[in-house]
Amino acid sequence: MAVSLTLVLRPRLGVQLLDLDVEEPNAHLLLRPRLEHSSDATVPVPEVDPERCRRCGRCGEVCAYGAIGVFGQAVLVFPELCHGCGGCSLLCPSGAIAERPRKVGTVEWGEGFAHGRLEPGEALAPPVGRAVLDRQDPKADLILIDAPPGTSCPVVEAVRGADFCLLVTEPTPFGLHDLELAAEMTRCLGLRAGVIINREDTGDTKWAERVRGLCAEAGLEVLAGLPHDRAVAEAYARGRPAARVSAVWRRRFEVLAERVLRAAGVEPRGEVTGHGEDDSTRAGRRERQGRHG
Amino acid sequence: MTAALAVLASARQRLVLADTDVDAANLGLVTRPEPVEEAEFRGARRPQFDAARCRGCTECVRACRFGALTGPFPAASPSSSPVPRLDPWACEGCGVCTHVCPTGAVTLRDVPTGTLRVSETPFGPLVDARLEPGEGNSGKLVSRVRSRARELALERGAHLIISDGPPGIGCPVISALSGTHLAVAVTEPSLSAVHDLRRLLEVTRHFRVTVAVVVNRFDLDWTLAADLERRCLDEGVEVLGRVPYDPAVARALLAGRTVVEDGPGPAAEALAAVWDRLERRLGGELGEGDAALAGKHQP
Repeated sequence: MAVSLTLVLRPRLGVQLLDLDVEEPNAHLLLRPRLEHSSDATVPVPEVDPERCRRCGRCGEVCAYGAIGVFGQAVLVFPELCHGCGGCSLLCPSGAIAERPRKVGTVEWGEGFAHGRLEPGEALAPPVGRAVLDRQDPKADLILIDAPPGTSCPVVEAVRGADFCLLVTEPTPFGLHDLELAAEMTRCLGLRAGVIINREDTGDTKWAERVRGLCAEAGLEVLAGLPHDRAVAEAYARGRPAARVSAVWRRRFEVLAERVLRAAGVEPRGEVTGHGEDDSTRAGRRERQGRHG
Repeated sequence: MTAALAVLASARQRLVLADTDVDAANLGLVTRPEPVEEAEFRGARRPQFDAARCRGCTECVRACRFGALTGPFPAASPSSSPVPRLDPWACEGCGVCTHVCPTGAVTLRDVPTGTLRVSETPFGPLVDARLEPGEGNSGKLVSRVRSRARELALERGAHLIISDGPPGIGCPVISALSGTHLAVAVTEPSLSAVHDLRRLLEVTRHFRVTVAVVVNRFDLDWTLAADLERRCLDEGVEVLGRVPYDPAVARALLAGRTVVEDGPGPAAEALAAVWDRLERRLGGELGEGDAALAGKHQP
């Protein structure tokens, strides 16, 4: 979804796409951008100077994550538990704790695109997402952010501060359930949002009506209903985005992009985020998009 | 996928179901759960400020690495001390603010971030949870779901726990995989799904969790599917089976059940074959078996 929107908007606007699904980044497989640069996403973790440490155990008391502590004569650090709050080094009475950056992921970027990859085995996605957001191009007319699925911390990281959130759902019990959660999240965060119903013609109309009912109740505008098309699924499997499947699909996305920009109140200078099946796409200066984007 | 395998498994043995996708739990949407127990989950700590003690010095604001506190504030007057403003979405609950406060005006309190639920289903008890939108620490809630499922398994004499896994490779996934006997990765023949699977396999290798693969909708792209299976074999990962695209799957889900409850059909038969193979694979380990299924799109 985010990639197709990017493609149809590009002829008119300088669009930057940020893929914040750092656990499973996929946008690059469809957009095939040139990734000319890369840098490490890091978390600052403690490094103890055993000479200066007096084994007082203060660090272990203040650490909320159990990432550091004195055990007998040893000070142990568990870097993979550390959130990088800096409490231990700040509060160590002997000034024995310094910090070093620990790599938890990689950010890669090029013209109009950036994404992050969480290192497999690492638990903390938000620092990698933040590092991708640091690559926002101030010269871009519009920043589209592809958000991860779900509604927990990595998603909040992606949608916070977006001008508009695009929620992508399906007319199924799962789509409805996920949309309820996503709509609650955008409400809690005070974000403006609109909805795209993907594969709207599948299943029975009961679920499509329920999805539309929820949107009406939550004050979310339904910006588009897209049909199911096996050709789209097959093209996606091969890495070809929906907007490149046919002239009809391209036109669908052009119309959708127009509506998204209008709903987001974006003058051709803005940012949109998508959040699908839970794709959220932000709009305005940023729009974001979720799971089935 | 998880629900279908659980339905098949429940015909042969006692089991407990666990939904570890606490962000968007949906096993309950197709297993007709009757809730019997609900407990609050306090998974976050947030600072609260004692306005009478706060002098507005902004030590806490400067110490917060996550930008969760804002200031500066108007000069404090003895009657009405303005306290820092907290952005709960940015707060990681580290508590540094409480330690740096010179007047002891900041304390941490546990706040509710979710609900843990136990339900009875025709297939066995189901443990699932709901994380409040926007909350963190889902890994901890996942562990809570799993430990409650283990308690229930002991109580009921069930030898198998089937867990529905969360998407991704981050904290909830690691929490769902740790100590599981077998992880079943559900994938599809698409470049994205293969890319996701590769990353998941790196995680299972990292944590030394045994993994097997099911290829869903394998007929979406035969060439990619064949390539995918060859790669699994190269890496020594067993392919438990392949499930074809079958509109009966969606029809069953829309009706709130799984395709295997609707009688024979291409997907139902393929799933039955997957379960047979899975059961043999789990075979000797069923003493305290615990299988986690993970897949981005399949409930």
